[in-house]
Amino acid sequence: MDYSQFLAMKQEIALLVVFLLVFLYDTFMPRKALGATSAVTTTLFLLFTVWSFIWGGVAGNVDAFAGMYVTSPVCAMIKNILNIGVLIVLVQATSWVNSDFQKVRRGEYYELLLVTLFGMYLMISARHFLLFLIGLESASLPLAAMVAFDKNRYESHEAAVKYLMTAVFSSAIFMMGLSFVYGLSGSLYFEDIAMQLGSQSNTMLVVALAFVISGIGFKLSLVPFHLWTADVYQGAPTPVTSYLSVISKGAAAFAFLVILVQAFGQFYSEVWEWMLYALIIATITVGNLFAIRQKNMKRFLAFSSISQAGYIMLGIVGCNEMGLAAMMYYILVYIFSNLAAFGVIGAIENKTGKVEMTDYNGLSKTNPWLSFSMTLAMFSLAGIPPFAGFFSKFFIFTSAINQGSIAIYILVLIALINTIISLYYYLLVVKAMYISPEEPQIEKFRSTCTERVSLWVTVLGIILLGIVSFFYDSIFNAASLSNLFGFIA
Amino acid sequence: MFSNLLIYFVVIPLLMLAGFAICKNIRQVRAVAVAGSILLMGLSVWVLCDYLALRAAGNMEEMLLRGEWTWFEPLNIKLAVGVDGVSIAMLILSSIIVFAGSFASWKIDDARHFFMWLILLSTGVFGFFISIDLFTMFMFYEVALIPMYLLIGVWGTGRKEYSAMKLTLMLMGGSAFLMLSLIGIYFHSAPEGSQLTWNILEISQNASISTGWQYFLFPMCFVGFGVLGAMFPFHTWSPDGHACAPTAVSMLHAGVLMKLGGYGCFRVAMYLMPQAANDLAWIFLILTGISVVYGAFSACVQTDLKYINAYSSVSHCGMVLFAILMINTTALTGAIMQMLSHGLMTALFFALIGMIYGRTHTRDIRLMGGLMKIIPFLGVGYVIAGMASLGLPGLSGFVAEMTIFVGSFEHTDMFHRVFTIVACCSIVITAVYILRVVGKLLFGPVQDPHHAELTDATWWERLSVVTLIVSVAAIGCFPNFFESLIRFTFSPEIFHAIGLN
Repeated sequence: MDYSQFLAMKQEIALLVVFLLVFLYDTFMPRKALGATSAVTTTLFLLFTVWSFIWGGVAGNVDAFAGMYVTSPVCAMIKNILNIGVLIVLVQATSWVNSDFQKVRRGEYYELLLVTLFGMYLMISARHFLLFLIGLESASLPLAAMVAFDKNRYESHEAAVKYLMTAVFSSAIFMMGLSFVYGLSGSLYFEDIAMQLGSQSNTMLVVALAFVISGIGFKLSLVPFHLWTADVYQGAPTPVTSYLSVISKGAAAFAFLVILVQAFGQFYSEVWEWMLYALIIATITVGNLFAIRQKNMKRFLAFSSISQAGYIMLGIVGCNEMGLAAMMYYILVYIFSNLAAFGVIGAIENKTGKVEMTDYNGLSKTNPWLSFSMTLAMFSLAGIPPFAGFFSKFFIFTSAINQGSIAIYILVLIALINTIISLYYYLLVVKAMYISPEEPQIEKFRSTCTERVSLWVTVLGIILLGIVSFFYDSIFNAASLSNLFGFIA
Repeated sequence: MFSNLLIYFVVIPLLMLAGFAICKNIRQVRAVAVAGSILLMGLSVWVLCDYLALRAAGNMEEMLLRGEWTWFEPLNIKLAVGVDGVSIAMLILSSIIVFAGSFASWKIDDARHFFMWLILLSTGVFGFFISIDLFTMFMFYEVALIPMYLLIGVWGTGRKEYSAMKLTLMLMGGSAFLMLSLIGIYFHSAPEGSQLTWNILEISQNASISTGWQYFLFPMCFVGFGVLGAMFPFHTWSPDGHACAPTAVSMLHAGVLMKLGGYGCFRVAMYLMPQAANDLAWIFLILTGISVVYGAFSACVQTDLKYINAYSSVSHCGMVLFAILMINTTALTGAIMQMLSHGLMTALFFALIGMIYGRTHTRDIRLMGGLMKIIPFLGVGYVIAGMASLGLPGLSGFVAEMTIFVGSFEHTDMFHRVFTIVACCSIVITAVYILRVVGKLLFGPVQDPHHAELTDATWWERLSVVTLIVSVAAIGCFPNFFESLIRFTFSPEIFHAIGLN
């Protein structure tokens, strides 16, 4: 065996090194040095992110282990995007992890988080379903432990059990689909599957694809596989919810695209295009309609993130480099917007324990900066210019329409009408903070240093990611080098 | 980039925003607002002179002062600017109203944030009028819409939460259709195989949108902009929104924002899809015809001053779209004149209503009367605005409506004739509701003894009102100047270029 193949996995290996360092620090350092765990982890991860940006990339497509693992500029790019998100999550989590309840176990939070990130890396780079499954499982199971992190809260446990059950159940369905695919094609390599299946679809293949799509649909919380989402988001501690809603979703969306176009590309127009349309319409509409009536901010964002996942799926519809770029850009912008919202929610929750929307009444009078950040986050999620969300929405719609049929125009029209519904409920939050005549529920307080840093970063991101074209351009350049779309028919 | 004059229409408001951010007290806020709006006014006059000089030197291009900077390379999105007579007229209108609006909101609560949102709104307006790239245009269009929510919701009166939400959702609903049609235009903007473009001029030169696609995209585009132009049956946001908005916002919204709708219908929908515009105009003529008459009738039965004016805006803005759909030089010139005229006149109305409301604390005309004796300055201002609205010669309304109806009557077929006559009737109805209000509000006995102690306008209110009255009179007295400025845009060559007549 040629051990130099491991060099292709340099991002994964570096992440593993970070994980091991954190693990060793947490295990072997004397008790009084443990107060610095957060700082150490965040710094290490910051270094890793910077390293990964500058030296983590590759010039072209590199595959290792007989094609099981592939890395390319676009894979490196999506991993970097996730890294930025994780970095913000780590900074946001600092004050929660160091609170009196959690601080005995703070190391575990970081270790579990890094392991799931490693799993997501594998999902992104896998070109063989076995490796993909390993990634999927290691990205899911530790997350259940993270969801249950609030040991003393009943909701946290309930959420963890729900998450674990659905994760296992969806994996089972996914593997069922895989066994069909293996039976049809005799291989688990994405490319071999595409090669072996030929271009004729049959009933078995449709069933297999339905299973595979629903398996990943659970992970992405697409409707009708979304039922766990709201409860888990509400029950999990906020730093875990934010991680679950952006990073986990971003990685799964990218992996979903890779599987669909690489392994089943030639059945695009014949089989799964219509499945995808139905999923997108259901996801966006149901997510939006349910979000309108939510009173709890975390549940509210759970449904909003369901509908956002539907928009992300629009990037797959175009089935070309433009769609891939738009999707990655959407994920990047979504990370910043959603984390800004969760940053505000987390800061308020840590201080006062309040998470209901009515608690936000009159917030602008007592905490103008938090309200301002929240407003920007809501505007960005709703797609209002000049904030980044507008650009990402516009590009993803453009990339979808690129496909050109009248059906796609109707699909995009439905999605666009849904943005109006979403605008309504995002504005409800703004209304509570700025317009509601009631007396403020939350006292004036000063958020901690790390919370402020994370809010500054996300707010700057919301403002700059759109207006400065550099970000989209570089994502597009990476995406245009990909060779994912060879099989599309 | 900064050597182009037009870009400063966006730069100055952005600098003003930065200025507001560091302001400490209301005096500084006022100083920044006034200085900025004077600069904007100066800039628009400068651009006008520049434009006229270039035209006088024989420059016959469609758009002058053009500039183009790549923004998103992969999608060929550019920040492209350029102006012709129509956009310059709109820029002048906007800068006058921003100026008058700053003075009209001299005493507003929480002035710093109010002006920040107001100027963000005007950034969108100015950006929209200078852009010739569909993406940038659409972006600025939406930038101009969203501040309305907070401006009405926070600083408004009455059922403000409901109105703000209704207005925002309806306008954004319109822009959803608009976005789809713009993306559709982009994908048909160039012949198969060549580089797609968002640039309006290039798209119209390529003329590569097939008739079938035009039929599909034109209605969406026209309705998208038409919602903002208060086209029946999408006008219902307008009365509620205007009635609840604070003074300066009503001024800016009725005066400028509703013009974005008309301008967009003309500049994007008609200009890029002339074939569909020609074939489908009848549908929208019926709708706008209804707007014109229905708005006027509704205004007759309202008792709230702002509702009266809001419905009259529906009627007058309907006239703008009505004239645009006539698709001939005279009517189009009239449409642009009407935009100018209605913008100034309605801003004047809303400014005066705001000032009267600030004194009497009611807008119900049944509770007021004889105000002419008590607050003569505001009373006279109101009469002048009313006269402009019902089309008294010498003021702007007459010029605009005359041109529109002459242009509409150039069509000789039955359909157009009937609709022209129906729309003409609205002038009479306008006279009814204007004179009714003037009679009730300003003359007759004083209804409420408390009103006898009201004070007349302060200096900043006078300045705001006088600026607008002078502008209204200027259009009325020197229509030729404005008409030639606009008319060149519709000269036969350019008409030919867009494939009409």
